Amino acid sequence: MTQFINQIINSLNIGSIYALIALGYTMVYGIVRLINFAHGEILMIGAFIGYFLAVTFNMSLIPLLLLSMIGCAIIGMIIDRVAYKPLRKAPRISALITALGMSMLLSNFFRWRFGASDKIMPEINLIGNIPMPNITIITVVITFMCMIGLQYVITRTKTGQAMRAVSEDKGAAQLMGINVDKTISITFAIGSALGAVAGVLYAINYGNLEPYMGTMPGLKAFVAAVLGGIGIIPGAMVGGFAIGIIETFVKGYISSAWANVFVFGILIIVLIVKPTGLFGKNIKEKV
Amino acid sequence: MKKRLKDYGINFLAVVLSYLALRVIMYNGLINNYVQGVVVFAMINIIVAISLNIATGLLGQLALGHAGFMAVGAYTAGLFVKAVEYPLYIEMIMALILAGLAAGLSGLIIGIPALRLRGDYLGIVTLGFGEMIRYTIINLGDITGGASGLKRIPKMVGLNEVFIVLVIVITFVFLFIKSRHGRAIISIRENEIAAESIGIPTTFYKVYGFFISAFIAGVGGGLFAMYQRYLTPEKFRFMFSVELFIIVVFGGMGSITGTIFAGVFLAFLTEKLYEYDEVRLIIYAIMLILLMIFKSDGLLGRHEFSLVQTPRRIKNLFNKIKDRFKKGVA
Repeated sequence: MTQFINQIINSLNIGSIYALIALGYTMVYGIVRLINFAHGEILMIGAFIGYFLAVTFNMSLIPLLLLSMIGCAIIGMIIDRVAYKPLRKAPRISALITALGMSMLLSNFFRWRFGASDKIMPEINLIGNIPMPNITIITVVITFMCMIGLQYVITRTKTGQAMRAVSEDKGAAQLMGINVDKTISITFAIGSALGAVAGVLYAINYGNLEPYMGTMPGLKAFVAAVLGGIGIIPGAMVGGFAIGIIETFVKGYISSAWANVFVFGILIIVLIVKPTGLFGKNIKEKV
Repeated sequence: MKKRLKDYGINFLAVVLSYLALRVIMYNGLINNYVQGVVVFAMINIIVAISLNIATGLLGQLALGHAGFMAVGAYTAGLFVKAVEYPLYIEMIMALILAGLAAGLSGLIIGIPALRLRGDYLGIVTLGFGEMIRYTIINLGDITGGASGLKRIPKMVGLNEVFIVLVIVITFVFLFIKSRHGRAIISIRENEIAAESIGIPTTFYKVYGFFISAFIAGVGGGLFAMYQRYLTPEKFRFMFSVELFIIVVFGGMGSITGTIFAGVFLAFLTEKLYEYDEVRLIIYAIMLILLMIFKSDGLLGRHEFSLVQTPRRIKNLFNKIKDRFKKGVA
């Protein structure tokens, strides 16, 4: 029984990280229909910013998290402006290849600058002199705060309304006087900030970080986004937790070596059974 | 008909000449064993990149798991030639066919769910599949040797065999593109809904094209196993899929000759930058992004370089310029 409870706690922990990453994927996909392969690298950059702040300024978690979020939000917007914006009207595959290139560029740039070896994340305080309580609790609490915040932004603010409008119909939104480019930028910023939170929490949870750390969680979070229904925000949250639970339980009760294979197997099963995901609706294509 | 025969003749002659040139250089000792290895690996990469070009260039789908198909083919061929004892060439051909079939079958398994849907699912499914294969190979240590690799595979192929397979693959792909099936697949790339409306079974052709793509990638993997003689799962990382993909993008998605040129060029570049792996990948990444923004169809776009057509085109171009010049003078 204790093992079972431990597994539940573990799965909430990793699941909330996947959910945060999946949110970034799903928001960007919802608005520009692009699988942002570079999102995993945003997670890595967020973790690196956190690491350097913790090492050089001995910063505690909350300010470190905020700075890392701001940093990643800016980087996310720059990536969008430099690499994706010129390709808005190009074929989808060109934008996907650019995203892939961006992912390669970021991870290898960090590998070149900071080396491929693992860096140890130092122990940090929660805020000021208050020591860090159980990291699992912190992870889950911060994740839920982020999700509530996101839900608030999307449903209650003008910006959120604009985001929903643009994801529904870009042309019509523009006619209503919405600045589409600005809205897309904000989407990238929010998605990347959530990715930064995930990165910092991931680094603290596992204790180390390296330039390719974003690839695997990024991929699994994408599976989570598809499972929940890509483009649908509550879907990403549920999908993230679902993948976390499945992965932890496979690791705990079946075999840890096969857990990764299992997660990708889910993706294939979802595509066979319900390609629109748990929360997705089937949209008829019109010519 | 006669003209076509002449065209085939020219191409055949060119293949023979390029092979002889390669051999002459090799016998004169101008290039050593190491360079021969580089040439063979470049040819294998070109085979797999051509197969990827079928999925990306002809089908218009992003496929990021061809290292996975190559791994399936490589391990199938490696295990097969280790297990059986037949006359050399029969065993080699059987191993290559088995490698292709195994890879093609795994292509079907992931292609059928992913290709039913419109959109970019194939990219992510193939990506996940590549990693799945790698973990499966590592986990099945009893059979595949696990992370430390499959060792002592008998050496079955050399430069000659790889060259012949490359020529066969190129010929086959060219004939395939021009065939009824190839044209059906291209029509799906151009406009899926329009293709469907004129009665082309889109899902069938997408899966069919993807099967062929995976099959050839598996053959490439089989060659790799029988030349290299040992296999590690590390070789077939995601980054290797991306490198194959880069060959296709640089050469031009949809251009087989473009893939060949890009494969040769990138093999050369990889050798030059061997010691600076991360810098090489940064350069590739920047080239990829710039290429997509400024010239998204790569080196040759969808055109093919042809020994028969290209000179004619150049001749026509010259004539046009000459005409214009004359007019200008008059």
